[in-house]
Amino acid sequence: MTTNTTNTSCDKSVSRKDFLRLMFLGGAAAAATPLLPGTASAAPRIELHKDTLAVLIDLSRCIGCRSCEAACNEANHLGNHPAEYESDKVFDEIRRTDATHFTVVNKRIPAEGAAPVFVKNQCMHCSEPACVSACPARAFEKNINGAVTYNPDVCIGCRYCMQACTFAMPAYEYDSAFDPRVRKCEMCFHNIDKQGAPACASICPQDAIVFGRREVLIEEARKRLEKDAGYVKHIFGEKELGGTSVLYISRVPFDQIGFPTNLPLEPMPKATYGFLSTIPVLHITLPVLLAGIYSVTRRRDDARAEDDHE
Amino acid sequence: MTPEGRAWVRENILLGQSVRDYLRSLVTPWNLVGAAIVAVGLPVIIARFIWGLGATTNLSNTNPWGIWLGFDMFFGVAIATGGFAMVVGVYILGRTEYKPMVRPAILTGFLGYALAVFGLAIDLGRPWRLPYPLFVSMGTASVMFLVAEHLFLYITIQFLEFLPAAVEWLRLRAVRAWLHRIHIGAVILGSVLVMGHQSALGALFLLMPTRLHPLWYSPYLPYLFFASCVAGGIAMLVVESLVSHKVFGHKLSHNDHETIDRLTLGLGKAAMFALFAYLGLKLLSIAHGMSWNHIFTGWGAWWAVEIVAGIALPSVLFLLGIWRESATLVRWGSVVTVLGLLLNRMNVAVIALNWNLPDRYVPSWMEIAVSATLVVFGVWIFRWIVNRMPILNRLPEFPDHD
Repeated sequence: MTTNTTNTSCDKSVSRKDFLRLMFLGGAAAAATPLLPGTASAAPRIELHKDTLAVLIDLSRCIGCRSCEAACNEANHLGNHPAEYESDKVFDEIRRTDATHFTVVNKRIPAEGAAPVFVKNQCMHCSEPACVSACPARAFEKNINGAVTYNPDVCIGCRYCMQACTFAMPAYEYDSAFDPRVRKCEMCFHNIDKQGAPACASICPQDAIVFGRREVLIEEARKRLEKDAGYVKHIFGEKELGGTSVLYISRVPFDQIGFPTNLPLEPMPKATYGFLSTIPVLHITLPVLLAGIYSVTRRRDDARAEDDHE
Repeated sequence: MTPEGRAWVRENILLGQSVRDYLRSLVTPWNLVGAAIVAVGLPVIIARFIWGLGATTNLSNTNPWGIWLGFDMFFGVAIATGGFAMVVGVYILGRTEYKPMVRPAILTGFLGYALAVFGLAIDLGRPWRLPYPLFVSMGTASVMFLVAEHLFLYITIQFLEFLPAAVEWLRLRAVRAWLHRIHIGAVILGSVLVMGHQSALGALFLLMPTRLHPLWYSPYLPYLFFASCVAGGIAMLVVESLVSHKVFGHKLSHNDHETIDRLTLGLGKAAMFALFAYLGLKLLSIAHGMSWNHIFTGWGAWWAVEIVAGIALPSVLFLLGIWRESATLVRWGSVVTVLGLLLNRMNVAVIALNWNLPDRYVPSWMEIAVSATLVVFGVWIFRWIVNRMPILNRLPEFPDHD
């Protein structure tokens, strides 16, 4: 399952970032913004690039073999022993991603007596990610091919990205004192050109993980939902948080298998646009206001001092 | 060392005592308590830099922020707002009767911020990259970038505001004159920065509507943070002046009880109005978020504790104190306000965050020891400076002219 559009460059990153950088750099830019009410909220919405890649996960096909986890371990050099991926013991508890597990498959029991559903979790590769907007050092990047990647060379280790992620996916190398990194799935960004698909998608024996252009995958998902009434009529990730590059379809309602429901359809960073756009206004108007009050106060004090002299 | 040099050290560093007498004067019960805390906390700080955060903290992938941020940073910076409130009151609004309180307020603020950044440096994964967001790789769309930039500039401003006391102590007349010239500019720029970053600290949580409990999450978070830090910062000044009066009573230039009580009442009034605004905003945020259905849960009870004990109770104490002209009640109100602020910051940054995720965070003893150590450092540095520099008193050769 591959496409030939994977070689899109990473320099065409989110333009809102550049826009906001302008707002902060230079008084001229800062001075102009308050004149345009709602400037930041009118910042260009990220329109998904037509070549944006994505992963479609059909939960009804997953048998919990965890070969995706093993492939991830190998592709990302995570250093876990291969034997780890042969034991079913891990299904005894619900696991989360950590610094050496970028993807985890959990066994979810939707209702008593019901058949288990295996749910693979990893970074959702949001179209407008909270981690990208949270990072004060621009360590995260939303690439035009869909992958959200991380650059450890500028990371300061504040871990705001981890708090900001709705899905709590980024993990941290807490045991490293000298070069701790944030760790998460990068959609095999660095070898996707060579491999043609993320390791998990390439290996899946059930075709439960399909990789390709997001548009195409959404069409494919719709087809499956139409053909088979057993599916829940929802593509998780199509609209959630403005869309993600990981999409799920399922025969069991998403809320019964650990998916967050009622997620906003707006991209998460929108929540900070309004506030960020008031800051330049504050920077321009407050000094004038305070200086004005100061001059009145001073004139009053001078007048008083004069009165005392007379 | 020349005899003059030795005399200078004796007079200005050793408080006019011989080395032996000075060291002996340091052995006090409270200093021993402080030393015991530092004896535990300092090795932990060293251990954190050798073995990492994993070995010293209970932080996890789900709960990446602990008390080094919740207490040291979010609370520490909030109670340090008194310096801002005081310079605005005295220099912008012209309430010159509070002038004797300006320098202790600035010192409290400066130390509060400096220690918060020190705490942050311990918490950051790669603290040596602190300048990165400022100069190297600027994440300008990030609220955290805004916080970093404002904190950096404001600490510089606070240093400039504190500097007059230091240069008077060192008798550097030329520098003193130059500082006088930039003074009002520093006050105005500093005020703008405070409003920016205090509200930005609240805005950090705007990205977390699914992770912060609905009773604490609100689009008003920036304004809630600002209103509460003004109330808490002013209340902290009352607490600080209460302690200063007991410890450094002999130094105070406004040493009569009547003056202190009158100023305390005035501060109480200011803190009360800020609290009223805060309470109103707080209730409005619940109404706006339609979160009333959470009130009758365990989290609702905890929220009510914060509202009733942390905001309503001190408001009533201030109200009664002002009505009966009782500085004692205002002092109690101030202590409760500061504790209420602590509860709020811990709730937002630690306790009510990730409330619906499986693992809970409880700080390790090592995290608590480090936070306590920073408090001891704060007290010690404050005392060291007050005992030497003209903070509570004025030097005769440098009259009060700004």
